[in-house]
Amino acid sequence: MQYYVQQILNALQVGSVYALIALGYTMVYGILTLINFAHGDIFMVSTYIAFFVSTLLLGLTHHLPPLFTFVATLLAAMAGTSLVAVLIERLAYKPLRTAPRISCVITALGVGLLLENFMVAFKPIGPDSRIIPALFESRNYSIAGVTFSTLQIMIILISGIAMVLLDLVVRKTMIGMAMRAISWDKFTVPLMGISVDTIISITFILGASVAAIGGTLYGMAYSIDPYMGIRIGWWAFISAVVGGIGNIRGAMLGGYILGFIEIFTPVFLPTSTYRDFVAFSLLLVLLIFKPTGILGKPAVQKV
Amino acid sequence: MDVPVSVKVPLAVKFWTRWCMKFLLCIIFALTYILPKTGIINPYIDMVLIYIGINIILTISLNLVNGYMGEFSVGHAGFMALGAYTASLLSVWVIPDSLNPYLFPFTVVIGGVIAGVFALIVAFPSFRTRGDYLAIVTLAFNMIIKSAIENIDGIGGPRGFMGMDKMTNLPWTFVWVCITIFLARNFIFSNLGRGVLSLREDETAAGLLSVNTRQVKVLTFVFSAFLAGIAGALYAHELQYIYPKGFTIAKSTDMLVMVYLGGIGSIGGSVMGAVVYTIVLEALRSILQFAGISQEWRQVFAPLMLIFLMIYRPKGIMGMREFPFLIPEAERFQKISLNPFSKKNRNRKKSEEVKS
Repeated sequence: MQYYVQQILNALQVGSVYALIALGYTMVYGILTLINFAHGDIFMVSTYIAFFVSTLLLGLTHHLPPLFTFVATLLAAMAGTSLVAVLIERLAYKPLRTAPRISCVITALGVGLLLENFMVAFKPIGPDSRIIPALFESRNYSIAGVTFSTLQIMIILISGIAMVLLDLVVRKTMIGMAMRAISWDKFTVPLMGISVDTIISITFILGASVAAIGGTLYGMAYSIDPYMGIRIGWWAFISAVVGGIGNIRGAMLGGYILGFIEIFTPVFLPTSTYRDFVAFSLLLVLLIFKPTGILGKPAVQKV
Repeated sequence: MDVPVSVKVPLAVKFWTRWCMKFLLCIIFALTYILPKTGIINPYIDMVLIYIGINIILTISLNLVNGYMGEFSVGHAGFMALGAYTASLLSVWVIPDSLNPYLFPFTVVIGGVIAGVFALIVAFPSFRTRGDYLAIVTLAFNMIIKSAIENIDGIGGPRGFMGMDKMTNLPWTFVWVCITIFLARNFIFSNLGRGVLSLREDETAAGLLSVNTRQVKVLTFVFSAFLAGIAGALYAHELQYIYPKGFTIAKSTDMLVMVYLGGIGSIGGSVMGAVVYTIVLEALRSILQFAGISQEWRQVFAPLMLIFLMIYRPKGIMGMREFPFLIPEAERFQKISLNPFSKKNRNRKKSEEVKS
């Protein structure tokens, strides 16, 4: 029993990171109907920004309060990643607004690979894996045989808060309303005096910031390398599809489902190397029986 | 659309396509056999030429789905892996060494067939819906294949598989490239192929014109996977070492670059795309070495090229056009061309667009 509770805690930790990234996929899909395959690598970039900022801050002085370094790293990662995402959107996706959708998807794949390979080829970063230095002291607690660390609790809590905030932004603010309107009808919205380009940029900023929160938290718990965006990005993408791509709450749900799959695959199957197999098979099966995902609404095809 | 039309084919063209082409192919085949043996082509160039051949097959294979049919597959590396592993296992475990050189075509075809069978399994559910689903499904398929191979310890798991003899040589590659071009060209200009083209333009309209859309899609996809499997089998017997990491999404992206560089919906374009891309990447290798820059920058080049192509030249070098000698005579010299690639038809389309 304790073992399972422990694993559930781990699954929540991994799942919240997936959910945070899945939100980026789902928001961009909802607004542009574009599968932004580069998003996993945007997440990877965010972990590197967090790495460099935190190393810089800790290298400058050790007397800063840990809370300050943590918040500064988080904010810097969010800002930097948003900048990268907006740049990508402006340079690579915007010229293709009127092109066939497929061109855009291929470009996204290309951008993702470009980010990865650039990070590997770029000398100061290189292919080695790194660990973000501990920004605050993580203690281990043990209650009734279940061990958890401060970091673990922080990851779960901060991700939860970020997701609730994002949900509020999309549901309650004018920007959120504009986003939902664009996903509803792209051609009428500009007639209402809304700048579509601005809203799309804001969507990318929101998606990237949320991914950066996930990236910073992930980087403190695990090691980072330029290729991590592939695996985590794909898993987050499956989360988005499983939950129903285009649906924000679906992405959160999907993230946690995938977290549980990742942690519980080794429990029931001989090795953890089967987890990709299980996750992608789930995706295939789901697409066959319910192509719209768990919470997605079926799209009506107009002739 | 086998319309019985009498067309007047110029004598020179008749002479060229009916006699010279065949003769020329024979000569090239003889050259591919002789040149490497006499040492005029050194082993490095020989290898590059073989890779060009394999890439041509891959590009035509992907072009059938992405270019002609207008669907979107990103997981062709998975089919390639299936072909490569099937053929390698056959030639190492099943077929005795002495028979290997004689049964090589058989091995390669089996590799293609297995890839085709898996494509059938993937295609049936995924063509119920249009749009991004095929992209997602093929991608998932690619990942599943890679992950499955990594987990089967008997065939080497993540360490890879080796022990094949080097049986892919220049003549064989040339023969397979010719077969591929022949098959693909006849497929596209067949009744079924017209169905494929009509699907790309408008699926609903195609269905109304009694094109069995589902069947056409599945068949094209299976045929495309078959070709990818053949390319994989050839690749395995050239490199003599295959490993699951070699068949990831990066490999699929390479194919995408070649398709969109050469031009969608064109066999001639596929050939040009594969040739140009392979040579450029090889040239880049020596340029980087000469300039003293790390070879890893080569990997940056391919995706960058893909992005620029998509933005500035989405149709590639010869998008939707074809070398004249690949178009059936009955269409090249007709008054009203049935060929969607012909200049007349393209102009007509343009003027219709202007009107509307």
